[in-house]
Amino acid sequence: MPCPSDTSFRKRWSEIVAGRLGIVIALIVIAAVLALLKPHFLSAANLTNVVRQVSINGILAVGVTVVLLTGGVDLSLGSLVAVTGVVAAHLAHPGAFPLAVPIAAGVLAGAACGAVNGVVVTRCGVPSFIATLGMMTAARGLALVLSNGRPVSNMSPSLTKLAGDVGGVPIPAMILAAVALCVAWMLRNLRLGRYFYAVGGNELAARAAGIRVQAVKFAAFVLCGALSGLAGVVLAARITTGQPNAGVGYELDAIAAVVIGGTRLSGGVGGVWGTLLGVLLMGVIGNGLDLLNVPSYYQQIVKGVIIIGAVWFDRCHQSAGKERGV
Amino acid sequence: MRALRDVTFELRRGEVHALMGENGAGKSTLVKILAGLHAPDEGEVRVDGRRVTLRSPHEAMRHGIAMIHQELMPVPDLTVAENLLLGREPRGRIPGTVDRRALRKEAQRLLGVLGAELPVDVPMRALSVGEMQTVEIARAIGTQAAVVIMDEPTAALSDREVEALFAAIRKLQANGTALVYITHKMDEVFRIADRITVLRDGRHVATSPAADLDVQRLIALMVGRELVGGRVRDRVEPGARVLTAEGLTRDGCYREVGLSLRRGEILGLAGLMGAGRSEVAAALFGLVPAERGEIRIDGRPVRIRHPAEAMRLGIGMVTEDRRAEGFVPLMSVRHNVTLASLARCCKGPVIRHAVEADTAARAIAQTGVKASGDGQAVVELSGGNQQKVVFSRTLMPDPEIVILDEPTRGIDVGAKAEIHALIARLADQGKAVLLISSEMPELLALSDRLLVMRQGEVSAELDPLTVTQEEVLKHAMPV
Repeated sequence: MPCPSDTSFRKRWSEIVAGRLGIVIALIVIAAVLALLKPHFLSAANLTNVVRQVSINGILAVGVTVVLLTGGVDLSLGSLVAVTGVVAAHLAHPGAFPLAVPIAAGVLAGAACGAVNGVVVTRCGVPSFIATLGMMTAARGLALVLSNGRPVSNMSPSLTKLAGDVGGVPIPAMILAAVALCVAWMLRNLRLGRYFYAVGGNELAARAAGIRVQAVKFAAFVLCGALSGLAGVVLAARITTGQPNAGVGYELDAIAAVVIGGTRLSGGVGGVWGTLLGVLLMGVIGNGLDLLNVPSYYQQIVKGVIIIGAVWFDRCHQSAGKERGV
Repeated sequence: MRALRDVTFELRRGEVHALMGENGAGKSTLVKILAGLHAPDEGEVRVDGRRVTLRSPHEAMRHGIAMIHQELMPVPDLTVAENLLLGREPRGRIPGTVDRRALRKEAQRLLGVLGAELPVDVPMRALSVGEMQTVEIARAIGTQAAVVIMDEPTAALSDREVEALFAAIRKLQANGTALVYITHKMDEVFRIADRITVLRDGRHVATSPAADLDVQRLIALMVGRELVGGRVRDRVEPGARVLTAEGLTRDGCYREVGLSLRRGEILGLAGLMGAGRSEVAAALFGLVPAERGEIRIDGRPVRIRHPAEAMRLGIGMVTEDRRAEGFVPLMSVRHNVTLASLARCCKGPVIRHAVEADTAARAIAQTGVKASGDGQAVVELSGGNQQKVVFSRTLMPDPEIVILDEPTRGIDVGAKAEIHALIARLADQGKAVLLISSEMPELLALSDRLLVMRQGEVSAELDPLTVTQEEVLKHAMPV
């Protein structure tokens, strides 16, 4: 799916599903099987649990979608979650600052790290894989330094409430919904959003069209960093501490969800709605394996196989649908 | 829609059989079936009278059919010898190893068949496009192909490399190999082809010995109507100078190049491939700035370090390599067209989709892009329509100065005529046009003035209305 542009709802919906039929079918089939095996799966309590569990991966995945669209990659998400969680936790001791301060600090810290990624990629010409791999290691170290290697506890309840519910809906899920809506709106309606697709689709053509390619890439890294910061704050609220060892491997879960959702690793094609489908698929599978009492070691194997299988099915379906010289 | 309908095509040993037709006529589909890249819905392929199924390039190769692709696909960091024998390396004594000495020897032998003197130990990326082509042909010889398919082999070759290619083709021919040759270049067809098959809209139109056809007749068969040649526009009184460049220099590319563009005038830039024309254009548009020299616009000196700056100064450019830097392939026609002037369709940073659709529709109508809708991905269009998309994008910001680098390369005759008319219209509207082309008739038909470049320097300024092709060539050939 090139970037979406149609106005009618039905067309929008068909675009959202188009090219991701495999994922939608997989989601439905798995949900149906689970509902048959474990009727509890469909209970409100369990479904709420699923969306709560996918929220953090979802926020990260939406952020990294943007970087992948520009043809880059960001491996530093997991470490940024740790750094920003620690930063937020430090500023969230009871009575220290108003709630907005730790949240803003976490997001800004993430954005700052993203900006460093962006500078290294666009100014120094280091491939994003390497640049963000470096950041992944360095940011983890920074998290350990800032926390002295120990969890930062004594968190104000006003922040931990961020992981709670309002009217039965988990707040992290609401945050994810808001983030997804904002980024989807931006990709569709902002000039910058269009440029993300153009730069990932053909960097040289984008440059020849007068687009400041490096600035666009920089913006993608900053946005991804900021959303990683947000995810870091939400995670810290959920575990009520700033954990320097939190978020290990989160970047891979996020990237897996994005790719399952149909965004091309080489850039230019994809979007937020597909990513959400990918996040949901991974969440439902995890939840289902829990319900079926599959031991966690085996869960990892099953998950890995399903990630590959989902993308494979999707690719087969696409290549059967249309033959393109791409 | 069917790409190919009920086409019969027969190939004889030792002949060069040209396949002609506009883009979208079905030439590529036909040869892709022969090369095992596409399966036909109906019909059959026979080799030496025996019916064969060709489900993959590998299978086609087993039946002696080799294809040399439009875009060459060598492995750039392997050596010439390794590329030549890729997949057929002579085995060494230890299983899994390659006998490197035998590899070099066989590579040299294959190149020797073509009379090509190329080093076999240098990496492929060190070769020119023409030399890579030679390697590809030698590879086809190595597989003992009875049929060699060439899809626009000369699209990126210099005149001298074309000669070498033709010599190689004659050698293949003498060995009894049959060649299928796809090209858009008329002069080539009549020089190299024994027989010509014309396709139009996926149907077979004619097969005839080349000797029985001439250019006019062939074009008429291809487009189904007669096209008139000759000057596209009358000479006009040029307007004021808008852009002057003096002493533009980039070491190793071009030296002390000076030129001026005037309103309402088309300045042609002739020269052989590698003469530095595209590089000068790239400097004017800020793609690769010149190291020294001065550019003035309306008399004021300017610095152009990025296409965005060039566009702000009223310069637009259609770049040479359409596929590589012309358009965003998977993006829709509409989004490609508005890419360079999206700010016009915006309120602040927000795109107004209705305005964008309107603006795009007007630009598309102006250049006559044919697509199933403006939502179609550009990669799905024919070459000519892709180029019209690039024109639409370039012209949408309404530039005063338009640089066109090989604007009709690889597109069919019909679309070419439309683009020529469009270029003439730009000049009529008072824009200053810089036209770079390797096709002499195109330059002579459109230009008001003609500059010739040779080895990075301007070698002559000629009057396109009186000069002959031979004379232009004389100034273009290296001394």
